[in-house]
Amino acid sequence: MQIDRLSFLQKIGVYAATFLFLLFILMPFIEMIRVSLRPMSHLMTAEFSWWSEDFSLQAYRDMWKTVPLLGRYIFNSIFVASAVTVITMIVVIPAAYAYARLDFPFKALSLGGFLAVNMFTGAVLLIPLYRVLRTLSMLNTYWAMIIPGVAFLIPTGIWLLRSYLEKIPRELEEAAFVDGASRLYTLRRVVIPLAVPGLIVVGTAVYIGAYAQQFLFAITFNNVREIQPLPAGLFEFVGYQDTTWNELMAAALTGITPVMIVFLFLQKFLVAGLTAGAVKE
Amino acid sequence: MTLVAESAAPERMQRRELSDRAFAWLLIAPALMFIAVIVVWPLLETIRLSFTDATLGGENWVGTQNYAALFADPKFWQIVGRTFYWMVLAVSLKLVVGLIGATLLNAAIPGKALFRVLVMPPWVIPIAIGCIGWKWMYNGYFGLISGLLQEFGLVQDRVALLATKTSAFYSAIVTDVWVGTPMVTLFFLAAMQGVSKDLYEAAWVDGASRWYRFRRITIPQIMPVIVSMALLSAIWTFNSFEIIWILTEGGPRGATTTLIIDTYKVAISAQRFGEGAARAVVIVVLLATFSLFYLWFLNRVNRHYGAK
Repeated sequence: MQIDRLSFLQKIGVYAATFLFLLFILMPFIEMIRVSLRPMSHLMTAEFSWWSEDFSLQAYRDMWKTVPLLGRYIFNSIFVASAVTVITMIVVIPAAYAYARLDFPFKALSLGGFLAVNMFTGAVLLIPLYRVLRTLSMLNTYWAMIIPGVAFLIPTGIWLLRSYLEKIPRELEEAAFVDGASRLYTLRRVVIPLAVPGLIVVGTAVYIGAYAQQFLFAITFNNVREIQPLPAGLFEFVGYQDTTWNELMAAALTGITPVMIVFLFLQKFLVAGLTAGAVKE
Repeated sequence: MTLVAESAAPERMQRRELSDRAFAWLLIAPALMFIAVIVVWPLLETIRLSFTDATLGGENWVGTQNYAALFADPKFWQIVGRTFYWMVLAVSLKLVVGLIGATLLNAAIPGKALFRVLVMPPWVIPIAIGCIGWKWMYNGYFGLISGLLQEFGLVQDRVALLATKTSAFYSAIVTDVWVGTPMVTLFFLAAMQGVSKDLYEAAWVDGASRWYRFRRITIPQIMPVIVSMALLSAIWTFNSFEIIWILTEGGPRGATTTLIIDTYKVAISAQRFGEGAARAVVIVVLLATFSLFYLWFLNRVNRHYGAK
């Protein structure tokens, strides 16, 4: 379109600025890849240099020996995030539907209450949370990481999904009502299928939240190594004497690869979905 | 026809409304239960604990002693000040960088789909992993930043950015901005794409410059999103734990100790639960006050711009 057209110089400016912006965003990853490819001895002694003759994949082989449970940690991270996402969605879908469609006493107040939960990250409530989890005998189990994760993602989930459900035409539900369908049946068979694009967006956002923020609950509520998620497990590369940085970076990059691949497939929905969510009218 | 509809409607509506209430609460019940057990009860318990001297050994009621000690400690006020400075600086940077990033990603240039994907990684990966990357870059012996500074002749010796008080604080800010920017950028981008094209075309026909359109159309139109992202971002930044903990654990000599780090150190590391709980309560009160003030402000902005 004419209005969006940029002159040649403007284009160069936009590309240059975009390059700088993305450099800031991607620099740590570039650096992590560089470090993971170099032998430890050279990393510590040689002068700083961009390129090096000694690039090798040795660290990617050695890391499995240095931290034998690495595979478990990668799995645990994905498992915990998946469990959090599934449970959160099961809880969030009906609640978001209620806020999008039904009128009931204390609706605004309770929604505000949910949103206020955002003010309390886990770190503020750790002490009693520890006791709650102990009472429920969940300490040092997967549940110790899953249950708090779910609770802190529920408010955002309800908030995001509600705006998607509001956009589904009411007429479809009313038609199902007239045909004598029960409310639950309508929710399951009419609303949820129509909301699939929104569910993917909210599910992805919840997954990202669950995957990104496992560290605190893991280091506080769990000390069983076998079920530790990746961010906590990685600290085994950090020794008292020396840290094998190249293996640590290799392990970190390997660990996030499976999720990054899945995310590559989902990102299209996410960007499109966020956009759709922003267009409220 | 009309007669039948009029007489039938109120009764049907009434029945529907009654069952609506019950059904709604039934649908919300699981979510409420989670919040009650994992957030509300621990919150009440934290408040109770803040009036005790609880440790692993046991607890006694001490009244407001924890608070009195806290408020009398000049160090504590220093931490409060630092936390707000941390929050305001980091959030402002996230909003500015996010706005610039979103504008760039919104430009009609070939490759924009790829650029939009490339901005996401810091948001998608575990925060702790990104921080490990930054920790490496900040170190003085073989870190990238120190290396580059030497290469360009800006410094003579190696600089350990996390070892001195001022540089450690600003280094942590940079990492926090890095973690928070992608999400802000994507939400701003989404909001920008939601702005009606007609507005731009009308302005364009009238000969408005690109900068004028950005200032007078884009910014006002996405203002509600900017303001709500600012609040969310402020709350998260205030409570940001992992970034500081991994980079510096609050050091050197307390230079990066924010309220949340201080609370964790007292409550969990030192296991002085009562004193830790008092700090947690202070955080909640400060954030609640801040949010209420902010929501009032948000309300006014929304009314001013006529958005809903």
